[in-house]
Formats: sequence, C-alpha cells, structure tokens
Amino acid sequence: MSEKSSDNAYWSANLRLILGSLIIWAIVSFGFGILLRPMLSGIAVGGSDLGFWFAQQGSILVFLCLIFFYAWRMNKLDAEYGVGEE
Amino acid sequence: MDQFVINLLFVGASFALYIGIAIWARAGSTSEFYAAGRGVHPVTNGMATAADWMSAASFISMAGLIAFTGYDNSSFLMGWTGGYVLLALLLAPYLRKFGKYTVSEFIGDRFYSSTARMVAVICLIVASTTYVIGQMTGVGVAFGRFLEVSNTAGLLIGACVVFAYAVFGGMKGVTYTQVAQYCVLILAYTIPAIFISLQLTGNPIPALGLFGDHVASGEPLLAKLDQIVTELGFAEYTAHHADTLNMVLFTLSLMIGTAGLPHVIMRFFTVPKVSDARWSAGWTLVFIALLYLTAPAVGAMARMNITELMWPEGTNSQAVSVEQIENDPAYEWMATWQKTGLLGWEDKNGDGRIQYYNDASDEMQAKAAEEGWEGNELTNFNRDILVLANPEIANLPSWVIGLVAAGGLAAALSTAAGLLLAISSAVSHDLIKGQFNPNISEKGELLSARIAMAVAIAVATYLGLNPPGFAAQTVALAFGLAAASIFPALMMGIFTKVNNKGAVAGMLAGLIVTLVYIFLHKGWFFIPDTNTFSDADPLLGTIKSTSFGAIGAMINFAVAFLVSKSTDPIPQEIEELVESVRVPRGAAAATADH
Repeated sequence: MSEKSSDNAYWSANLRLILGSLIIWAIVSFGFGILLRPMLSGIAVGGSDLGFWFAQQGSILVFLCLIFFYAWRMNKLDAEYGVGEE
Repeated sequence: MDQFVINLLFVGASFALYIGIAIWARAGSTSEFYAAGRGVHPVTNGMATAADWMSAASFISMAGLIAFTGYDNSSFLMGWTGGYVLLALLLAPYLRKFGKYTVSEFIGDRFYSSTARMVAVICLIVASTTYVIGQMTGVGVAFGRFLEVSNTAGLLIGACVVFAYAVFGGMKGVTYTQVAQYCVLILAYTIPAIFISLQLTGNPIPALGLFGDHVASGEPLLAKLDQIVTELGFAEYTAHHADTLNMVLFTLSLMIGTAGLPHVIMRFFTVPKVSDARWSAGWTLVFIALLYLTAPAVGAMARMNITELMWPEGTNSQAVSVEQIENDPAYEWMATWQKTGLLGWEDKNGDGRIQYYNDASDEMQAKAAEEGWEGNELTNFNRDILVLANPEIANLPSWVIGLVAAGGLAAALSTAAGLLLAISSAVSHDLIKGQFNPNISEKGELLSARIAMAVAIAVATYLGLNPPGFAAQTVALAFGLAAASIFPALMMGIFTKVNNKGAVAGMLAGLIVTLVYIFLHKGWFFIPDTNTFSDADPLLGTIKSTSFGAIGAMINFAVAFLVSKSTDPIPQEIEELVESVRVPRGAAAATADH
C-alpha cells in the first residue's frame, strides 16, 4: 500500500473513532444528564435518579474513559498504519 | 492561635513555595519561555493544566451556585469537563503535530493569511483579558477577606504576586509553580469536604457520600435535602426546573469555550510527542475530575448544614434565635462574614428569631401570615462565600480554614498567570514578531513578552478595581467569545478544506454576533443600564446571553462554509499541510521562526 492510501485509511479509521466517541459523549451529557432524564427517572440512585447522577458525576467519569480509550486506540492505530513518530 | 495568624501562615507559606519555584525554574531562552523546551511529562503537564484551568470560578464560586440551585446548575459540571473530550479528540494532537508555539500561528499558516492571524490574535486577547479581569476581581475579594484588608489593597498585593512569577518565570516557571498550586488547591478543596462527608454521611469519600445515607435521619441524603428545602418553600434540590433548551445551549457553550480557550490549548504544545498530547488531555481531566466530582457533594452538604443551622430543631419547629447566632461558637462564621457585607440577616418581625424560608412561595406566604413572619430574614447570602465559609460553617479546625484560604488564592492566581502568558505571547510573538518586526532578536522578543505581561496585569488590575460587571458575567463573555471564534476556526482548519476567506468571515461573524448579543443583554461594554434586553426576558426565546456562545459557533461554521464554497479552493501546499497535520509521522520540535 502506498503511503498516501495508507494515510487515508488511517484518517478514516480515526474519523470513525471520533464519531463513535462523540456520540457517547453527547448521550451521557445532553442525553442521560438532561433530555432523557425523564426516561431514567425510574432507576433510583441514592436518594435521586440515574439522570441526576449522570448530570452531576456519571458524565464526568464517562468523559475520562472516552479520552483514555481514544488515546490508547489511536496510539495503536499509529503503529498499525505505520504513521507513528518513531 | 488567632485565625487571622493561621490564615497568614498558610497563605504566606504557599506563596513562598510558588515564588521559590518560579525563581528556581527561571526561563533562559525564548523556547523555554513559551513552551518549557517541550520537556514536560504528560502527567506533570496535566496537573499544571488542571491548576491553570480551575480558577476562582471553579474553586470559589461553582459549588455555591450548585448548592442554592441544585440539579439545574449541573451545566457547570458537565460543561467544564466535557470540553476536554473535544480538546483531546479534535484539537490537541493535531496542534502538537503542527509544531508551532501559538494558536494564532496555526490559524495564520493554515489559512495562509496574515489577516486570519490578526483576527485570531484579537479574539485571543479579548477573550483572555476579559477572563483575567474576572480572576483579578476574585483575587481582590479573597485577599481582602483573608488578610483582613480592603478589596483594593488585596487586589494590589495579588497583582504583585502574579507579576513576580509570571513575568520572571515564563512557561517553565509557571508549569512547576502550577503543579505546586494544584496540590495546594486540591488538598484545600477535598480535606474540608472529607470532614463534612464523614459528619453527615459517615462516608470518607464526598462523591459517594452525596449518594449515601444521612446519618442523623437514616434517610438518603438527597431525599432528606429535597424534603427540608421544600418544607421551606424552595424548589426541590434534585428536580429539573430550568428551561431545557437554554440548559443544553449553556452546557454546550461551556464545552466549546473550554476547547477554545488559548491558555488551555497552549498547554498541549508543551508535551514532547503527539501521542503524549492525547494522554495529556486525559491526565488533565483526571486532576480536574478530583475537584469536579467533589463539588456537587460540597454544594449539597453545605446547603444541608446551612438549613439545619437556621432551623436547629427541624424545619417544623422554631427558627434559630438571634441570641444563639450572637453567642453560640457554632454561629461565629456568620458574624465574621457579615463584616464583608456578603452575608446579612435582619429580625424583621422582632420575634428574636431569624426565619430562613422562600418568601416568594404562595404556600410559605400563607404559613408566614399564620406564624407572624414578615419575610425571609436571612436577607443576604452571597453564593461566592459558600466554599470559603464552608469549613467554618461545619465547625472544622482552624488549620483547615487556613488551608482553604491558601487554596482559593492558588486557584485565582494560577489561572491569572496562565492567561497573562497567553496574552503576552500573542502580543510579542504574533503581533510584534509576526507582523511588525520579523527581524526582532530573541532577547527583544523576550523583553516585549515581559512588557506585554506587565501591561496586561496593569490593565486587568485597573479593571478589577472597577469591574465591568460581576466576575461571572465577565467569565461568561470570555467563554462565549472563545466558543464562537477560536474553536470553529481550529476545527475547520484540521477537519475541512475551508479557505482563508471562509475562516476570516466565519471568525468575524461568530465574534461580532456573540459580542453584540451579550452587550444587548449586559450593557454595551458592560456599562450599566445601556442594555436593551435582560437575561430574565432574552431577545431570542429563552436563550440567555451566557448560552449564546454555542449559537455563535454555529454561525461561525455556517458563514465559513458558505464563503469558502463561493471562493477559490485552497492551494496545493496548504492541502499538503492539512494532510501532514492529520498524521503524527515526522512531528518535530517547534520552531520559533517560519
């Protein structure tokens, strides 16, 4: 595979990963935390409901997992497509 | 020992530490001044970025806003952390690969236009300056309270300290100073929270205590809190009352603004490799999350403590007596804070008791008529004093109170220093070297950076003495501007082939529309009574001026695409630049020249 087409494949893989991550990012914050909160109101979490937990703590924990997952995945992709810095 | 002496000891010792580190790590060359020679480990960088990011707004103000509003102010928690996802996925690794020092350099090169670079510099300077004014106001209030001097004297002392380590240290000094500040700040925030969580829930981790059981009643803490605040006529703590559209837009504005603030983005230029830039964003959020997961617990538990102090025998019994407030040591904090003018009470009906309730609620008005109350008697409780007063409210040892004083100052000072660095590099590197005098020597550039910093401190201190509005309004403007101008330009520069004209038109449209919308609601240049609308009844439906940054960003994207489509496509070499930014291969250390 030429360098150019390998770079393009790397970039599309990256875009797919970003899109998937941002969908989760939006679902936990704007979704579970705000818009979908009424749907989760039946699930009790310590004196309130799951939507309240996502708005105050859960979304932050998911954001953390997303960033570390993305960094780990991308550093692997760098090696796979031979586009790393070394 | 007197509380004042203890505060002085803690604040003095922490400052000696920061200044000592700044002197030890003095920057020698231009590259060290801006980017610490790129020798900063991702974890260290993450810690410094966290200190840089968490300002007086996060440390002093946020938990107080959550305490008195509850769920509706979750926007701050999600918004100020969610922005790091955007930063890590959409900006940080690519800007590090590009390998220059400043955000406006990227915009200037990518959009092959010195006009684009100029517009970006203007956006950066305006956003950073407005933000730093808010910080200096916070510095003045905190110094004034803890050193027991006037607000003006506190502000001037604070300005001298910021000047000392920002001007002489540069980025390297600031990086290590900020690591120390992070440690002071996080200890100061979590230690009182741990004490309070143990008192109320028996759980040593405040974030878990929030969802645990209230020891005194055996009920879940949040359920108990909902019950007692509704009994006093206040809105249920955990329920959703805010306008949903405005809440979504406000959260989004804070997120985009976070990813568009120059002093945060600049941090990712200082890691050795592209892969480190990805990790570094994650580490930053780890250190921020330690405070942000604790903040909602601090807010809810403080609300609980305050309500119980005002109704010591329960909300259905007698309110606290004036005599008890004046004599009981548990109420000493009220007298202390009354002196600042930020806390006040008044026995309106002369019954010798202070009734704290929501006098706007119909139900409570009926009850008040029955009981002979003549309105809420806890007449003033400034939201911004909550975190600083919290250890006193919970009756914690005096060393904890001193630690909180040092932490609040660390938060305000570290952000002010980071912003000043962003302003000084925009002026010396982008304006002077990039535009007016490209042949300036390294020494001359360093000197002009330091002069720019001194001027920025002077301006911010002056405006901090006569603030254009409340700190929160000033900070909201900074976020709105960064969201509407910088973030879209950076994102389009990496992910699309938008051309120079598109970028310039987009940035100008986003900036101007957002600025006008804010001025229409807050007054032109924040001059009181020059506003046409107010946030209680905004121009566009329910969209408040603080939430408009997200709309400004959408306008920026739309205008940029339309203009770009109808003008010439980008040249071949820029197409190659965009492609090279997208892959880490060949990332080199940054160069000061181009």
